[in-house]
Amino acid sequence: MTDLRVVGGQLLPPAVRERRHLLSVSDLTRDDVERILAAARSFADSQERETKKLPTLRGRVVLNVFYEASTRTSSSFELAAKRLSADTITLRASGSSVEKGESLKDTALTLSAYDPDVIVLRHPEAGAADLVARLTSARVVNAGDGRHQHPTQALLDLYTLRNAFGRLDGLQVAIVGDVAHSRVARSLVQALNLVGSSAILVGPPALLPPGIAPISHDIEAIADVDVVYVLRMQRERMLEGENFVPSLAEYSRYYGITADRVRPGQFVMHPGPINRGVELAGDVADSESSLVLEQVRAGLVVRMAILYDLLTAGPVAVEATVETA
Amino acid sequence: MTILSGGGGADDLVVRGARVLDPVEGIDTVVDVRIDRGVITQLGTEIDANGHRVVDAEGLVLAPAFVDPHVHLRTPGREDEETIESGTAAAAAGGYCAILAIPNTDPPVDDPALLRGLRERAETEAQVPVGFMAALTKRQAGAELAELGALAEAGAAGFTDDGRPVAAAGVMRRALQYNAVTGLPIAVHCEEATLTRGGHAHAGDVAGELGIEGWPALGESLMVGRDVELARETGRPVHLMHLSARESVEHLRRGQESGVQVTAEVTPHHLCLTDDAIRTLDPNFKMNPPLRSDDHRSALIDALRDGSIAAVATDHAPHASSEKEVPFEAAPFGVIGLETAFGALHTHLVEPGLLTLETVLERMSAGPAAIFGIERPRIAVGARANVVLLDLRASWRVHAGKLRSRSTNSWLLDQRLTGRVRMTIAAGRVAYDS
Repeated sequence: MTDLRVVGGQLLPPAVRERRHLLSVSDLTRDDVERILAAARSFADSQERETKKLPTLRGRVVLNVFYEASTRTSSSFELAAKRLSADTITLRASGSSVEKGESLKDTALTLSAYDPDVIVLRHPEAGAADLVARLTSARVVNAGDGRHQHPTQALLDLYTLRNAFGRLDGLQVAIVGDVAHSRVARSLVQALNLVGSSAILVGPPALLPPGIAPISHDIEAIADVDVVYVLRMQRERMLEGENFVPSLAEYSRYYGITADRVRPGQFVMHPGPINRGVELAGDVADSESSLVLEQVRAGLVVRMAILYDLLTAGPVAVEATVETA
Repeated sequence: MTILSGGGGADDLVVRGARVLDPVEGIDTVVDVRIDRGVITQLGTEIDANGHRVVDAEGLVLAPAFVDPHVHLRTPGREDEETIESGTAAAAAGGYCAILAIPNTDPPVDDPALLRGLRERAETEAQVPVGFMAALTKRQAGAELAELGALAEAGAAGFTDDGRPVAAAGVMRRALQYNAVTGLPIAVHCEEATLTRGGHAHAGDVAGELGIEGWPALGESLMVGRDVELARETGRPVHLMHLSARESVEHLRRGQESGVQVTAEVTPHHLCLTDDAIRTLDPNFKMNPPLRSDDHRSALIDALRDGSIAAVATDHAPHASSEKEVPFEAAPFGVIGLETAFGALHTHLVEPGLLTLETVLERMSAGPAAIFGIERPRIAVGARANVVLLDLRASWRVHAGKLRSRSTNSWLLDQRLTGRVRMTIAAGRVAYDS
């Protein structure tokens, strides 16, 4: 690990280490998680100050490339980069050369010509971030690829959980709903396992894939968990006529999270966007048990921490070491 | 009429000191082999070279050359990916003396004139003899039968809609019934599309974890079961292509045991790999049918060993690099395999003791030849020389730049294999010589 170094009282820019990416939660160790969450905590403190902008990544270039609609992730990455004084551009598939048939490879190579330090990529297909990481010399942050991974969401969820519970281990989380089409769920289950907590998946049979976590088709299974993590029905990822459930109304009747299904003391989370009244009742979303807005707030500082960590691999609260050479 | 076109010749050669291994002929001995004008004329010691080229093959294995019943030559339509010339050159480098081309080209080979044109081109371009399969249904659309009789007269090697299934049982039944007029093989790609729609990988734990839509084993085995029953009911033979699932093997065995004329093939990648390989999201591990779990793989190896599956077929499927340099889910199915088939099977199955060398050699040569009515490559006096010289100890790395195929979508890129083809003699001609 390379710390910030003080030479003659002057703060040097963070030293560049070997190129790393954040493509999947499986890229992370427990130490990585702790380091990133600690950095996020420091950045959260900095955001309490009057001047919220830090000089940390001045001169760095962060490209946000979004091939799919996004509100939370794209805005928080853009703001995170700006708060760290990086130069940032956000590109969307609509209005770019992608509409003219440019391949992901060519777009990646074109953007590489600007020598970006980080490319933040959201794409509808699994493996897109891995591909761009192979093709460019930038560090790549996977901001969601198909149903595969969304590691920055998992990290902000861990940050939110630690704030709510004061710990990360031994928590039981029920992930309820359309797990099959959810990259959030796949990353979150891995992240929970990494920190010593566990998940169960609850929902209708066709929407719970094998190989991830224990499964229940009975909504009663949420009774004993600490957190109910609610997912949206991702209709945009479903092929027409697949009949995963007969209707949204029937889904809500069996699996919708309503006030009578939430036990006192349980927390409710949702990665957004919420379809109120379908997977989550409006009064629950707005209740004290809801951590939804905490998640959004965590998004900014955790993404600041991720950008910082990838470019420096050092802790934010620096113990200055004097260069002896 | 022979179903093969092109390749071949009348070379003179003496191969000295090789271990001559022909499991079907019952030969396994170190002996010299003399080839005159493309025909094996003598097996013995101290053969007179008589001015022939002498190949010093001490330490090497001379075996019957391979037959691949499942090669996509991409011609006509995608000559940027493969041509008759490049595909047969790749076959020669892989030890093959005969291959069959699959008709899912652009346009598909459902027209006798198109088929005749391909056969004419093969006469001049092909490096090894090549047979051309024709479509089973018009445009391979699965609705109306292609003119099987006219296509047979034009020299079709058999019929298949490979790349897609014949979805309607009624159409498949009519095809099997009517095909009695040609007697040529029908080969089927077994896939129940309503179960595999949108699927990119085996519907198992790995796909679940990666978030990739599943292509379940049942998507294949349900159709295998149907086609075995149709073959039983019509009394006509059917060949099952690229089997991938344990349940498919079970249907195959039950059919064979009860007298149904059903044969099957399996690819090197389904024999060597499991769906663990797709964790890298490298599109060179994306095939149709998909790589499956270890249990399925074991069933395929067992079936190849006991002969229920009688043939290895590469399903050599070239794709342009621009089509494979995309995210996993956007990539087309298929990998190339002609040049690496023997090395892969030797490295991953023979060396670990899962299959004997003799079994692999038989299933790559005599097995597929018998199913498709191709003259069996054999090492015997009087036989046309269809032989391959193998170096079982040679360790080599698969380099994209050294492949003869026009495409480089191999699952073995930059991997090391043990066992290499040194020379291929196809229909009496030295087609490959390293």
